[in-house]
Amino acid sequence: MAKVLLEVQNLTKYFNTPGGLLHAVDGVSFQVEEGKTLGIVGESGCGKSTTGRTILKLIEPTSGKIIFDGKDITGYSRGQMRPLRTEMQMIFQDPFSSLDPRMTVMQLIAEPIIEHKLIHGREAIEKRTLELMETVGLAQRLVNSYPHELDGGRRQRIGIARALAVNPKLIVCDEPVSALDVSIQAQILNLLKKLQKDLGLTYIFITHNLAVVKYFSDDIAVMYLGQMVEKAPSDDIFAEPLHPYTRALLSAIPIPTVGKEKKQRVLIRGEITSPVNLPDECRFMKRCDECDEKICGSCDPSLVEVKPQHFVACHRVKK
Amino acid sequence: MSDNILEVKDLVVRYETEDGCVNAVNGLSFTVGKQKILGLVGETGAGKTTTALSILNLIPSPPGKIVSGSITLNDKDVLSLSQEELQKMRGTDAAMIFQDPMTALNPVMTVGEQIAQAFKLHQKITQQESIEKAKEMLKLVGIDESRVYDYPHQFSGGMKQRVIIAIALACSPKLLLADEPTTALDVTIQAQVLELIKELIRDRGMSMVLITHDLGVVAEVCDEVAVMYAGRIVEIGSAWEIFNETKHPYTEGLFNSLPNLKKRGEELKPIQGLTPDPTNLPAGCAFSPRCPYATEACSKTVPELRHMDGTHYTACTAYDSPDFKLGGKD
Repeated sequence: MAKVLLEVQNLTKYFNTPGGLLHAVDGVSFQVEEGKTLGIVGESGCGKSTTGRTILKLIEPTSGKIIFDGKDITGYSRGQMRPLRTEMQMIFQDPFSSLDPRMTVMQLIAEPIIEHKLIHGREAIEKRTLELMETVGLAQRLVNSYPHELDGGRRQRIGIARALAVNPKLIVCDEPVSALDVSIQAQILNLLKKLQKDLGLTYIFITHNLAVVKYFSDDIAVMYLGQMVEKAPSDDIFAEPLHPYTRALLSAIPIPTVGKEKKQRVLIRGEITSPVNLPDECRFMKRCDECDEKICGSCDPSLVEVKPQHFVACHRVKK
Repeated sequence: MSDNILEVKDLVVRYETEDGCVNAVNGLSFTVGKQKILGLVGETGAGKTTTALSILNLIPSPPGKIVSGSITLNDKDVLSLSQEELQKMRGTDAAMIFQDPMTALNPVMTVGEQIAQAFKLHQKITQQESIEKAKEMLKLVGIDESRVYDYPHQFSGGMKQRVIIAIALACSPKLLLADEPTTALDVTIQAQVLELIKELIRDRGMSMVLITHDLGVVAEVCDEVAVMYAGRIVEIGSAWEIFNETKHPYTEGLFNSLPNLKKRGEELKPIQGLTPDPTNLPAGCAFSPRCPYATEACSKTVPELRHMDGTHYTACTAYDSPDFKLGGKD
């Protein structure tokens, strides 16, 4: 077995709101091996982005443990985290608002190198910046351009170059292609895949787009209202989704074929309920067609391994 | 009476800006049959939204200008109607659903009042009656009528989009223009809203132009499909023809960019390069600089739509040679 780069145990993050305690992330556990990709899927408000940010300690967890590269970083202070930032990076969703509009491409990509004092001397830094631009497929002539002069795809390439600048081991990609057109989306996905192969990167890939996650991930975790409801190797989850929510989510993807046989669509009723002050019952119960109120309302189901590597949190799924 | 609810012919729309003249729509022709759903597909900047706004004569002018062409909606010549006639037409002949449900509603007005406005504008009706009708519309789109006095911020995104559908359908338009109606929604909510739109269109015998960049949504909903690139239609035909007998290199490129048709680990085949700058379109076929099949002839003339078979048309110079075939989707 390959080395586990990141391990998260029982991670929780609650926010205090005027209405009560908001359960953004509620007892999430997983491991990611070096060089692999874990995809975290779910709809708005399921806590996938909060999970990503908490792993990097951009948000302090309420409880739980984060073990990165053998070190328990849960209690690390900002000062202690600083050197670690070179090993764990993030790519953000919106390439339009995550770049300083007053910096040139050169300044943007050089910033993390200078900030972490990785390379000294102006010439060496410039050389490294140009190398990074080539790695992510940005033409050299753009070196003095400003972000507003570039399209979304190129801006996202700058975001990737900034993350790569410090030679990280882990990159959390939070919806990296959601804001892009399909043809550009494919270019960026190919780039991320190639970088993983060449540099041995480990990714946590957060997205709501199941097609993208299927294409990209080794393992997939499905989140619903702050919890992981199903986790399995990518192919297994698509071949045999076990949780009723995963099934509904998969069947809701519009499939771009016409005249070929399609699976009967499972529509789920209602919408995601409020994550504030949750009762001790299955969180998907009120939208679930397979629910048995006696069992499902009795307590919150925990994540159980029903098949090798295939975990599900549902009272109705038996081993 | 014509069999078509909508006929657009040789439409040209430009925006005069400080940075130059934006050629948004460059000679567009298509028709929408009664009770048919046409999907208008393309990427950012292809001119999809401009086309929809032109149909309602809503192009902001200045800077926008409909330079030439004709639009016939329900046997009316849209471009020669007076302001008053246009106002009558909008809402009763055609109505539009916008992409972003978060900004399309007035935040300081109850949703009931916003739906009632549509009735009050088009029908002689009292306040009380209009609110009653608003309640009926809410029920129709699956929202409890008790929420008629709630404000938009009390609704989720999917619910807001349902309210917008209720407003659009209030005066029973013959044609619905839906501009990316589900793009801002989560997939499970998208599935619910698409199902609702399909059902309402069918039950009321309406037609629809659905604008989207999502080929999956098109496959689920549309009868006919027009693929747009740089303000022109490059391929048009029945949904079956477009998806199974793809003829245009750009359409093929779009399909090959989709990760859901691929196995994991296989490399995607994206279209090379970027969409052209609409202030400075390439000569000849606008797609030729990105096209893997392009020859010298492609940059000389702008290809016209040519008949392939059935209802299938494509605009590609390569078909001058009778043996030309695409590499195929994989």
